[in-house]
Amino acid sequence: MPPTVPTTPTTRLTPLTSGRAAPSPAVATALPLAFEQVTRSYGGRTVLGGIDLEVAAGEIVTILGPSGGGKSTLLRILGGLDRPSGGRVSIAGSPVAPYDPRCAIGFQEPRLLPWRTLAQNVALGLPRGLAKTDAAQRVSHLLELVGLTHAAEQRPREVSGGMAQRASLARALARNPGVLLLDEPFGALDALTRLKMQDLLLDVHANAPTTVLLVTHDVDEALQLGDRVVLLGSRGDSRSDSREGSRDESDEGQDGTVVARVVAVPGERPRDRGDARLAHLRAELLAGLGIDTHRNPPQRNPPQ
Amino acid sequence: MATDLTRPLSRRWGRAAVAAVLPVAVLVAWQLLSTSGLFTITQLPSPELVWQAALDLGRRGLLGQYVAISTQRVLIGFAAGAALGIVLGAFVGLSRFWAAFFSFTLASIRAVPSLAWVPLLIIWFHIGEAEKVILVAIGAFFPVYTTVAGSLRHVDPHLIEAGRAYGYSGARLFGAVQLPAVLPSVVSGLRLALAQAWLFLVAAELLGASMGLGYLLTQSQQVGRTDQTFLAIFLLAILGSVSDLVVGLVSRVATRRWS
Repeated sequence: MPPTVPTTPTTRLTPLTSGRAAPSPAVATALPLAFEQVTRSYGGRTVLGGIDLEVAAGEIVTILGPSGGGKSTLLRILGGLDRPSGGRVSIAGSPVAPYDPRCAIGFQEPRLLPWRTLAQNVALGLPRGLAKTDAAQRVSHLLELVGLTHAAEQRPREVSGGMAQRASLARALARNPGVLLLDEPFGALDALTRLKMQDLLLDVHANAPTTVLLVTHDVDEALQLGDRVVLLGSRGDSRSDSREGSRDESDEGQDGTVVARVVAVPGERPRDRGDARLAHLRAELLAGLGIDTHRNPPQRNPPQ
Repeated sequence: MATDLTRPLSRRWGRAAVAAVLPVAVLVAWQLLSTSGLFTITQLPSPELVWQAALDLGRRGLLGQYVAISTQRVLIGFAAGAALGIVLGAFVGLSRFWAAFFSFTLASIRAVPSLAWVPLLIIWFHIGEAEKVILVAIGAFFPVYTTVAGSLRHVDPHLIEAGRAYGYSGARLFGAVQLPAVLPSVVSGLRLALAQAWLFLVAAELLGASMGLGYLLTQSQQVGRTDQTFLAIFLLAILGSVSDLVVGLVSRVATRRWS
């Protein structure tokens, strides 16, 4: 047989059975998701009182809300770490499974295994059944993406909080998630590191377009990162969103968080952090969170 | 490199010198008291007599035999008890059901003093190796069981949840998260278990043995050979500390690697 096909020695990459196990994270397929009338109560306390939300594939949606308002619960339900008491949650049309493999979660704390190096921690997120060489290649690619190549062999306790959080993000990306869930991932970082991490997340998203649901308590962060900002609040707060009629209020008092507002953020990312339209939205959102923005004469920083 | 090593090394020698002060003082006091005429040889044999007893037993081949059989009983009993302790401890530490099922019974058994088992074990297994090894295994079981169960129950739930969120469950989760997380405390449980194994060995050999260090203790007491009694005690001290030293080294490596 004449050598018509030039074979390079590196073309040993056999096609893998599942598409998500490809060596580059750039092939992640972003998936759409939907919450339909999702409720969650613990004992007698209703945390989520009927959440309706649809997120398109590849969209970044940031979620704001009062503390204890069920923001994390929402993410945990979507990731299959918790189950809704009622309603339906689906990713790409099919219901969420326990610890759904289509999702990856970045927790508020990095939650790295202290006895593993950063590289080994990132490898924890890899899909199963990946060939060893592919796995190593993927881990080093991800470490490069989050700027941790130099720290690959260090242990979590030897690195800063920002580095640990970047490793945690790389681990989540290693799963090649259709939906990336981030639960106040930068909340514990200092202000400057947080800004850098926000830019990093946008870089990563540009590289590997996945759907991102990000919970934050920081209004600026929500506006800087999101295509849309979802403001959670109690039922009385809901204004512009389409909530048909009044469902019978069978349980008195606490009836859980609902989507109070959905705000489409204007402009292209990365956004100018000083954009006047954002400042206006920021004031609106803070007001929605029950924070007085002191907008009249002396402009002060709002309390966190 | 050399400058790096000299300081810790000299410090180590310094520590060894400090540690040696008390044994040397005791030895000197012992020598003085035993030759002062205040005590009979049966009450307090001199260090030299104890040394002679060691040489004598050594010449007759008994010293090596006793040390070997006692060490063998400890090692086999320790291995069996520790293995069972790890398995049951894992069940109890990982599952609420098995915790409820086992903990009460095992806590009651644990309350039984070591010597209380000996008559029953002799009735069931007769005087022999099995009876002694089983007693040692009982002794080694409990420290391992308790530390494994306790430390598994207290593995950071955040790490376990992260493991699950990344698709780990069952044996894979155990191997990737829970086992490494508890390894340092398991090793310290093993260390306690080994010390306890030596305690239970002596209990087993005091009653109904024909060789071993515990046998040497009772035998020498009955015939008034206090030099041999001293010898047996020294040998137990040495064997116990050597085995502790070995597990201590393992423990240091485990702590450095897995925490």
